[in-house]
Amino acid sequence: MPALVHTSDAPVLRLENLHVGFDTSQGRVAAVRGISLNVKPGECLGVVGESGAGKSQAFLAAMGLLAPNGTASGRAIFGTTELIGRSAVELDRIRGLKVGMVFQDPMTSLTPHIHVGDQIAEPLVMHVGVTWREARLRALALLRRTRVTDPERRMKQYPHELSGGMRQRVMLAIALACEPTLLIADEPTTALDVTVQAQILALLADLKRERAMSMVLITHDLGVVAGLADEVAVMREGQIVEQGAVGTLLKSPSDPYTRTLIEAMPRIDAPAAEMARGADASQTPPLSVSDLSIHFSVRKGLVSRAKLRAVERVSFELREAEALGVVGESGCGKSTLARAALRLIRPSTGRVVWMGRSIEGLSAHALRPMRRDLQIVFQDPLASLEPRMTVAQIIAEPLRVHRRKLTAAARDAEVLEMLRHVGLTPELLERYPHELSGGQCQRVGIARAMVLKPRVLICDEPVSALDVSVQKQVVELLIALKRETGMSILFVSHNLAVVKQLCERVLVLYLGRVMELAPSAELYVRPLHPYTRELLSAVPVADPEVQPARFARSVAGEPPSPLDPPSGCVFRTRCPHAIERCRDQVPPLEQAGDRRQVACHRWREL
Amino acid sequence: MIEISSQPLWRRAGRRFCGDGKALVAGVLVALIALLAIVGPSLSPFRYDALDWHHLAVPPQLQSSHWLGTDRLGRDLFVRTLYGVRISLVIGLLATAVSVIIGLAWGSIAGYVGGRTDDLMMRFVDVLYALPYLFLVIIFATFFGRGNLIGLFLVIGAVGWLTTARIVRGQTLALKRREFIEAARATGVGTPGILLRHVIPNLIGPVALYATLTIPDMILFESFLSFLGLGVQEPLASLGSLINGGAQEMQAAPWMLVVPALVLSVLLLCFNLIGDGLRDALDPSTSAER
Repeated sequence: MPALVHTSDAPVLRLENLHVGFDTSQGRVAAVRGISLNVKPGECLGVVGESGAGKSQAFLAAMGLLAPNGTASGRAIFGTTELIGRSAVELDRIRGLKVGMVFQDPMTSLTPHIHVGDQIAEPLVMHVGVTWREARLRALALLRRTRVTDPERRMKQYPHELSGGMRQRVMLAIALACEPTLLIADEPTTALDVTVQAQILALLADLKRERAMSMVLITHDLGVVAGLADEVAVMREGQIVEQGAVGTLLKSPSDPYTRTLIEAMPRIDAPAAEMARGADASQTPPLSVSDLSIHFSVRKGLVSRAKLRAVERVSFELREAEALGVVGESGCGKSTLARAALRLIRPSTGRVVWMGRSIEGLSAHALRPMRRDLQIVFQDPLASLEPRMTVAQIIAEPLRVHRRKLTAAARDAEVLEMLRHVGLTPELLERYPHELSGGQCQRVGIARAMVLKPRVLICDEPVSALDVSVQKQVVELLIALKRETGMSILFVSHNLAVVKQLCERVLVLYLGRVMELAPSAELYVRPLHPYTRELLSAVPVADPEVQPARFARSVAGEPPSPLDPPSGCVFRTRCPHAIERCRDQVPPLEQAGDRRQVACHRWREL
Repeated sequence: MIEISSQPLWRRAGRRFCGDGKALVAGVLVALIALLAIVGPSLSPFRYDALDWHHLAVPPQLQSSHWLGTDRLGRDLFVRTLYGVRISLVIGLLATAVSVIIGLAWGSIAGYVGGRTDDLMMRFVDVLYALPYLFLVIIFATFFGRGNLIGLFLVIGAVGWLTTARIVRGQTLALKRREFIEAARATGVGTPGILLRHVIPNLIGPVALYATLTIPDMILFESFLSFLGLGVQEPLASLGSLINGGAQEMQAAPWMLVVPALVLSVLLLCFNLIGDGLRDALDPSTSAER
């Protein structure tokens, strides 16, 4: 390479006409088709695209980490070193030392049987050649830097003892151990709760500023990019469709695909959508739950058992033709609540009433005919479909159970009609679930739930496993179905922005307790409970003018273990407004105005 | 995500199985041996229990039509070995069928219903496990009368289902937590419906694999019983009893051991290869598509 004088803004990493392909039994599949990118020193390049866009593969290829059946061609130049075609030994001198990497799933990226501290120290011993003693000291400093709570104790812990957010911080500490000039973060916050995501993103922004480190941020979430990236490249089907400064790209995208992506992303700060005002409190609610508690007994040691209070004294009514959102962080009991409402889990205490009829004490057998009116759509679109049945069989199953008199021909007609209704084509009838895309699978799941024309549809995180553009389509489908059939929807989600698009009322759960229940029109504008406020401010917004400031407001800490909830108000350990009274007394769920409820001692003053 | 095709899972598994050279050869070989065991004896002029006083303990030869030689009593080894294959295969298949059917039903019910039912059913399995099974088999064999074939495979199958039940229960526990089972429950499908339509079809893969590995076990176990004198009785022969007889004449007439032992070894090897092939064919994670 000619030793030209490089100015200080010569790119840290340069991809030139990079191609990545995979050899499969079906022939060669091109994952990346000739992309060229520059990562400038001290800048963050956001690479955005939906699943299968090739965004991860491009950078894995540059680092020589492709799967065995993958091959890369083109150029990837790090500083002045060409990376493509290097042996693993040569690449090892760059990976970890000069380039740090963070992946989506911090659990699988950490070795399960090695202390966290040693995992951070290892690259230091390997690459820098310091002693283990020295390396451990540095590891401790790194844990402090990545704001891991109680770092001394963490050093001696194993990965499974840490929460998802803590693990991702440990991954960051490992990546930063050798002070790399480039950090590649591949969907670093996708597996985390919004609140934790906000903390990690704020940390990344700090680190980037402090170390003048270059960064590649691979994500599907434009909101994440908006807060952190300087440049953005949008990828689709292995190619870059648009590239530019984050401000111009998000404000005035020139490529239609970028525009679709931006429009598909629900914005939490947008005005609430016009809602069909069908919710009528006077009629018998199709589903009501009162004083419901669900406790699990968890083994602790050899003989002793601890009580896990997954859901604690929750009451709500799902009204006719209403969509009620249930939101909260992972582990707050929202899915458990949804399953108990369907009696897939038996509640410990409390009452569940379907169509005005209490189901308390009814046997599983007696419940079966009643299940017709309440159906559920699950989070994982593929896992919720029987892998050995065709789409036609899956959609027909509820009909076989509840409408036995239906002839085969009539059943087929209903299935076909339903399939069209959810926007799928009849060719798919004979396919198996694993031959469908995620969005198609979820539509099949919705078709199965809707084929009996239920009065209540319970959706357990139905869109969180889908790409944003598909997410939007599925939410629109649910809105359309609700309007046509007048059914009620209980929508469980961690994504407040999606809930806002769909739901008239929102129930906020924290550690199994109701924090706030309010109409969306009011909740999103004026949240009363401090927790609701934290949740709302943690949702990233795809707007580079607004987003960086939102980071600063993110809440500290992570939810405590439900095995050992704090006394008094459960949120007090993370609440910025906690006072002594919050420790001693459990705040009652009070009526705040005629349509809202809130459980906070200080909601009036805050 | 890459491959889009619409072949039924079983046809795809079949295609993958046929693509596996070793397994395919093993399958064809087993089929040929079985065919020979059915039609073979009628090709030879001798009956399995006919004594040929002119040819006592002759080595394999062509001129006297004793293609694989005779034993000490002058019985034709070709015919006797094929009879042995018949009996061993039938016992192997039937005993495996018995153990798979009981094990599948027992394990899937225990695993799916769970709770106290599961505890009771699995403790019963543990108790049977703890009994010395040979003792059990000897008692049963005497009870049914020595040489009663139906009784024999029932006994062997009744001992063999314990492991199947455990495997099936474990798989069922894992399946039970899958969302599509929950979806079926939410739809209102009853317990028998869920077991028959959702649980058992998804167990077929591991069970089919386990079954092919059980067949050779069963054949060996029968050989062992015959060796002890509890199995097939003279003049009938199984591969086990032939090997037992051959072992006693090993020095004077090695072919009496070699012929049945070779056939048994080939059968066992083939079943093991078929089992491996089935596992690969039925497990989507070993396929190139993912």
